[in-house]
Amino acid sequence: MQLALTHARYQLLETIRIPIAIFGSAFFPAAAMLFFVVPFAGKDPVGATFATASMVTFSVMSANIFSYGVGVAEDRQQPWDPFTRTLPAGPAPRFAGRVLAGLTITYLSLIPVVVIAATLTEARITPMAFLLALVTVTVISVPFTLMGLTIGYALPSKAAIVVAQLVFFPLAFGGGLLSAPGEAPGFVEAIAPYLPTRGAVELMWAAVGDYQASQLSLIMLGVWLVVLAALGGWAYRRDEGRRFS
Amino acid sequence: MTLARADRVSRRYGDVLALDQVDLDVRAGELVGLLGPNGAGKSTLINLLVGLRRPTSGRVELFGGDPRDPASRRQIGVTPQETGLPGTLRVGEVVDFVSAHYPDPVPRGELLDQFGLGELARRQTGGLSGGQKRRLAVALAFIGRPRLVVLDEPTTGLDVEARHTLWEAIRTFHADGGTVLLSSHYLEEVEALAQRVVVIGQGRVLADDTVDAVRSVVGVRRVSLTADVLPPLPGVVRTERLDGRTHLLTADADQLVRDLVTSGVEFRDLEVRPTSLEEAFLAITTADAEPAPA
Repeated sequence: MQLALTHARYQLLETIRIPIAIFGSAFFPAAAMLFFVVPFAGKDPVGATFATASMVTFSVMSANIFSYGVGVAEDRQQPWDPFTRTLPAGPAPRFAGRVLAGLTITYLSLIPVVVIAATLTEARITPMAFLLALVTVTVISVPFTLMGLTIGYALPSKAAIVVAQLVFFPLAFGGGLLSAPGEAPGFVEAIAPYLPTRGAVELMWAAVGDYQASQLSLIMLGVWLVVLAALGGWAYRRDEGRRFS
Repeated sequence: MTLARADRVSRRYGDVLALDQVDLDVRAGELVGLLGPNGAGKSTLINLLVGLRRPTSGRVELFGGDPRDPASRRQIGVTPQETGLPGTLRVGEVVDFVSAHYPDPVPRGELLDQFGLGELARRQTGGLSGGQKRRLAVALAFIGRPRLVVLDEPTTGLDVEARHTLWEAIRTFHADGGTVLLSSHYLEEVEALAQRVVVIGQGRVLADDTVDAVRSVVGVRRVSLTADVLPPLPGVVRTERLDGRTHLLTADADQLVRDLVTSGVEFRDLEVRPTSLEEAFLAITTADAEPAPA
C-alpha cells in the first residue's frame, strides 16, 4: 500500500511537470460550460445543475480515457517500465499507483467545471448532494478507467491517441451529455441507454437533483463494466505475455 | 554459495532460439563478465535471471528462489541495457523513488557522490547528457545495498573518463564483497573488470573460463597472404580464400608466421590484423580443428 502511494506520487509528479496534460482534459468540459451552459441554461437553477452534472461526467470520461489510454501506451514504450519490474515489488503497486494517480487527475480536472457552475450559473446543490456527487465521480470513473486501460494496453501510443479522440466525442454526444435530461435529439435518446456514458450521467443527475435513473441505462452500464473489465484484462495479459513472458 | 543460476535454460522468441540450453552459476563474491557480440543472447539471459522474462524450458534461480517472485529480487540491483529514465523527474526524485522499494537504501547524497552525480540532484533527467543518464541508471542498481548487481552493457555510449569512473565504482563494490554479473561486447571492458568470463554466441555458452584463457581464444588474429598452395599449419582455426588471397584465423599469429617461414612455402603480401569480436566468435563456433576450451 505504501508503495502504491509512492508510485502514485511519482506518476502525478511526472504528469504535473507537463501541466498541459491536465489542462487538456479539463479544457473541453470547461469550454462547453462557458459557451453552452452559461448562456443557455445558466439562469435556470435546475437546468444549470443538471448541465453541470453532464459536464462533470464528460470531464470524468475524457480525463480517464486520455490519462490511461495515452499514459499507459506511452509508458509501455519506455524502458523505465521494465526497469521498475526488476525492483523487489510485483506489478501490483505500480498498477494501483496508476489508478490512484488517474483518479486524482480526474478530480483535479473537475475543478474548473465546478468553479464555473458555482460562480457563473444559478446551479445549486446541497452539501449532502455534493458529497454524494463526489462519491459518484469515483463510481462512474470505473468504466472509463477500464476503457482507457484497454486502449492503453492494446495499442501503441500513436494509435492510442487517435482511438481515444475518436471514442470520446461520440460517447459524449451519443450518451446525451450535451443535452438536458430527456431533451436530446430523438436518435440520441434512442441509442443513449446503450452507451456507458448514459448510465454514468444518469447516476450523476440522480446524485445532484431530482432524477430517477432508468433501469435500462443502469443495466447496460453493468454490461459495459463486465465487457470492459474482460477486454482490459485481456489486453493487460496480452501485453504481459508479449513483454514479460 | 550460488546467487544466480541458469540450469539448461532455453528461450525462444517465435522462430528464433535466443538461448539454447545455457548453464550458468554466479557464486557469491565473483565478478563475472558475459561477453558476446550483439544478438548473442546476453540480454535475454540477463532478463531471465532478473525475472523480466520466463524461460521456454529449463530453470532459473535467484537466491534459491524464482526471480519472478519479488522476494527473490530483494538483494539484487539491475541496470538494463536501455536507460529510459522518466524525463520530467529530477535526479533526486528518481533516486528516492527507487529507494522506496528497499528497507535500507544508500542515502541519496552518498550514492550520487559516488557516481559523480552529486551536483545534478535537482536536474530533470530529461536534461542530462547521455553519459550522465547512463551513470544514473547504473547508480540505481546500487541503491538497495544489493549482494548481486546485474549490469547489462553498463558503459555503452560512455566516454573514456566516464567509463573509468563506472569501472572504479564496480571494482569498489566488488572489493567490499559484492557480486557482479555484467555483460559487454567489449573484450577490453571484461578484461579490465572480470575474473571469470562467460562467452556467449548464437545463444550458447562457448566458453566459461578465466580472463586469460578466454583472451587466448577470442584474441584471434587474421593472417592474410597470397600463396598458391599452403601446407597444413597448426593453430589455424579457420581458413578463407577470397579473390586470390588466403586468410588464416589464429590465436597465435607469431607462431603461425614462424611456421609459414620455416615451411619454406612461397608467399607474398603478408598482413597480420586483429579480428573483431564477431569474427573471433565466428571462428570459435565454426572451428573444426580446435575446439574451444571448456
